[in-house]
Amino acid sequence: MKTSNDCVNNNYLEYVKSISPKTKQKRSLLRAFWVGGVICLVGQGFRYLFEYGLGMSGDELSSYVSMVMIFLGSFLTGLGVYDRIGKYAGGGSIVPITGFANSVVSPSMEFKTEGYVYGTAAKMFVVAGPIIVFGIASSVLVGILYFIGFRIF
Amino acid sequence: MVLEVLFTLLKVFVVGGAICTIAQLLINYTKITAGKILVIFLLAGVVLQSVGLYQYLVDFAGAGATVPICGFGYLLADGAIKGAKISLFKAVTGGISSAAMGITAAIVFGYIFALIFKSRSKRN
Repeated sequence: MKTSNDCVNNNYLEYVKSISPKTKQKRSLLRAFWVGGVICLVGQGFRYLFEYGLGMSGDELSSYVSMVMIFLGSFLTGLGVYDRIGKYAGGGSIVPITGFANSVVSPSMEFKTEGYVYGTAAKMFVVAGPIIVFGIASSVLVGILYFIGFRIF
Repeated sequence: MVLEVLFTLLKVFVVGGAICTIAQLLINYTKITAGKILVIFLLAGVVLQSVGLYQYLVDFAGAGATVPICGFGYLLADGAIKGAKISLFKAVTGGISSAAMGITAAIVFGYIFALIFKSRSKRN
């Protein structure tokens, strides 16, 4: 997506790198750490709520927790809050499952002008597509390898 | 009991935070884009679970290990391995069926919220 800008910005990026102090990078690590940690704490909170409040367990429990986290991620993206968190926290907002939801909703909203089919629906998978492709492909590979392994041993 | 919960929450915070810090290290010191980082972490979760390691992290840190995207990879690999014990059909479909809720939620909520809200990126 950034192809044409890349070569133009290279000099500028190097310049920024040369003047930006090391402390700024350390601060970004700290921000990623605490925001990422807090997002996981929210997830754990819902885990406790569903486990002790609603009596869920196992796969059902973890599925509903990720559903709620994805709901929150896409809702906050819609409100424009998640992008602000992202600017502050970087990796701390990308890696949690809420960041996956953000990567679905964000381009989808952006390209709404291209229509409800080729805009909203198609652009949902700009970032999520590769994740689903690699995720499913690798899980099939693991499944088949284990299947062969279980039959031999 | 209260102490136990607090200790669990601490483990969740530290492990979840540490995984995000690794991602931030990749952002700071390499030119890997956000989309590729998500794919790398997902595959890391799949690989770690397929050799049986990620389960330990999940047992240790709960949501600290399952909320990051590598937890999604863990879920896929875990489903595939459990399915492989039953039949070839379950081995192939096990991964996506255990991750079905996540994928469904992302698509359904994603589409609904993208329809309701307008993009704000141009205003900032």
